Amino acid sequence: MIEFTNWDILRNLLLAARWTIALSLTAFIGGTIVGLLLTAMRLSGRRPLQWLVRGYVELFQGTPLLMQLFLVFFGLSLLGFDISAWAAAAFALTFFTSAFLTEIWRGCIDTLPRGQWEASRCLGLNFKQTLSRVILPQAVRVALAPTVGFSVQVVKGTALASIIGFVELTKAGTMLNNATFEPFKIFAMVALIYFALCYPLSLASQRLEKKFNGSR
Amino acid sequence: MLNFSDLLPYSDLLLQGLWVTVVLTFYATLGGVAIGTACAAGRHYGGKVLRGAIGSYVELIRNTPFIVQLFFIFFGLPAIGIKLSAWEAGLLAMLINLGAYSTEIIRAGLAATPKAQVEAARVLGLSPHQVFFRVVLIPAFEKIYPALTSQCIIVMLGSAVVSQISVMDLTYAANLIQSRSFRSFEAYLVVAVMYLLFAIFMRQTFEWVGRRLFRHRRVST
Amino acid sequence: MALVNIDQVHKYYGDLHVLKGIDLKIDAGEVVSIIGRSGSGKSTLLRCMNGLEAYQHGGIVVDNKEVSSDEKQVRLLARSVGMVFQSFNLFPHLTVGENIMLAPKLVLKLSSKEARALAEDKLDKVGLAEKIDEYPDCLSGGQQQRVAIARALAMSPKVLLCDEITSALDPELVGEVLRVLEQLASEGMTLVLVTHEMNFARDVGDRVVFMHMGKVWESGPAKEVFENPTTPELKSFINAVL
Repeated sequence: MIEFTNWDILRNLLLAARWTIALSLTAFIGGTIVGLLLTAMRLSGRRPLQWLVRGYVELFQGTPLLMQLFLVFFGLSLLGFDISAWAAAAFALTFFTSAFLTEIWRGCIDTLPRGQWEASRCLGLNFKQTLSRVILPQAVRVALAPTVGFSVQVVKGTALASIIGFVELTKAGTMLNNATFEPFKIFAMVALIYFALCYPLSLASQRLEKKFNGSR
Repeated sequence: MLNFSDLLPYSDLLLQGLWVTVVLTFYATLGGVAIGTACAAGRHYGGKVLRGAIGSYVELIRNTPFIVQLFFIFFGLPAIGIKLSAWEAGLLAMLINLGAYSTEIIRAGLAATPKAQVEAARVLGLSPHQVFFRVVLIPAFEKIYPALTSQCIIVMLGSAVVSQISVMDLTYAANLIQSRSFRSFEAYLVVAVMYLLFAIFMRQTFEWVGRRLFRHRRVST
Repeated sequence: MALVNIDQVHKYYGDLHVLKGIDLKIDAGEVVSIIGRSGSGKSTLLRCMNGLEAYQHGGIVVDNKEVSSDEKQVRLLARSVGMVFQSFNLFPHLTVGENIMLAPKLVLKLSSKEARALAEDKLDKVGLAEKIDEYPDCLSGGQQQRVAIARALAMSPKVLLCDEITSALDPELVGEVLRVLEQLASEGMTLVLVTHEMNFARDVGDRVVFMHMGKVWESGPAKEVFENPTTPELKSFINAVL
């Protein structure tokens, strides 16, 4: 058995944390793009599209992220795609993130008073103008804090990729534990690294919330 | 291509797994909300030290993944002499997790209760304890009830991870079935639908309870 | 000894000196209106009289009880001093009846039956007997305020403090609340009102206290004060509001 010093453990965990960050960024950026598309569909005013978005959101909010990971992983290979754990995790997390962001943004757009739409219509603005000039600029300010807040859930969600065998921070932790049998120390270190990644995002979200809540 | 009939022999396994998930969720919801209420009260009314301690607990849990909390409890705690069965570890992790999130949610509800309501109760002679339980708590819960409902459902869905320490929950059943029937996609699809239905059932149950708990809403609308 | 004795009371909010040596005695059965511009300290004085606000110097004794903002003392005072707020402050999760019964049951330890009878009696007094099982949300502002009065009366206070209780009401609802006060006054209830209803202060009140810059600037029998104000500040105030 190889001896691991604390430094070895920490270094290996930090190296693995790079993959946690990469997966988080991929999922968050992908989720934002898909979420924007879904939001546009929802605002289009076409009933079938709205139902589709509604169903999508319900589906991903109503099932465990772990199931989503399994379904993407096994589903795509069933369709004949040979898919890596990385790709499966990236896809599943993107879907998951987009569903939650769509729902968060829906809330932000809906909290704007109806009077804003009505006033714009009275001024002769069309739907697109109202959306881009009146609604979205306000909604973006409101949406910023919860969106940043949700990024914490994305980072934490990447931990589940370990279950389908993707070696990120959590998987590295379990592997190191199998080699060293020091679970207390290792999982505490893993937790602290996650905390170091997530807490600044949480703080930023709180700051943004304070900043924009007053000025609404 | 899809074949669900291979799964039929395993329906008992699925129902047993579902039952474990239901029971875990039931205890976690009751206990977690109780922890959250106590911590929220402590954070709202307590002294500096208590507030700081509760704040650290909340932030620590909210900023680390559930699976790592679970592994720490199940694999890590025995190293310092605390041995828990898989089921106990799973439930404890869920309690701690929901406790932290509901602390934050309920605290927001407490903070949103108008100060004037508290004053009105004080000048009627109610003790601080009576003011909290009779006047502040129920309207506070009413305000945050939808958020609390969602959080309880999120914790239920998150509990799928306890299968990783071999708690025989719904996901564990799915893993078992796919390894025996080699119908992994179908197995996970069926189980995902079961989770979805249970999530819908939970939401309805919460709404039903809410209608009884906060009756005046119905009268006014 | 008078029912309410206020002796050289000073209050500060940090550096801000809001009450500057208030002396005021109120006898049982008196109806006293406190008037003045906003920021003159009238609401603060009222809130000092049942311990909702602390004061730094002087003393207040109501019904032979020392007034302080100490939690226990506030609770004790609740049996002597009732209060009605500008914003009603009914408890939204309780029915009208439950709102009224809450304190008699918890504080006076009445049985449910006794409390219910008490609630019915007080509601009858404010003319809302039929609303006992409704929730506050279903009531108009004027009705809610009358329930709040009934709730305060259920503790059988010696004096009822009213903090601008008609200010949040639509104009057409003010009358019904003032009529309840008028009836209470005629029954001998001691009332201390911070109010903008000058006609009510003049016609129903026994005494008017005009506050200005944290002091009792002028006070006297209601009619006299309105007809012959002596200080220029009161004159200009009356001209502005009447």
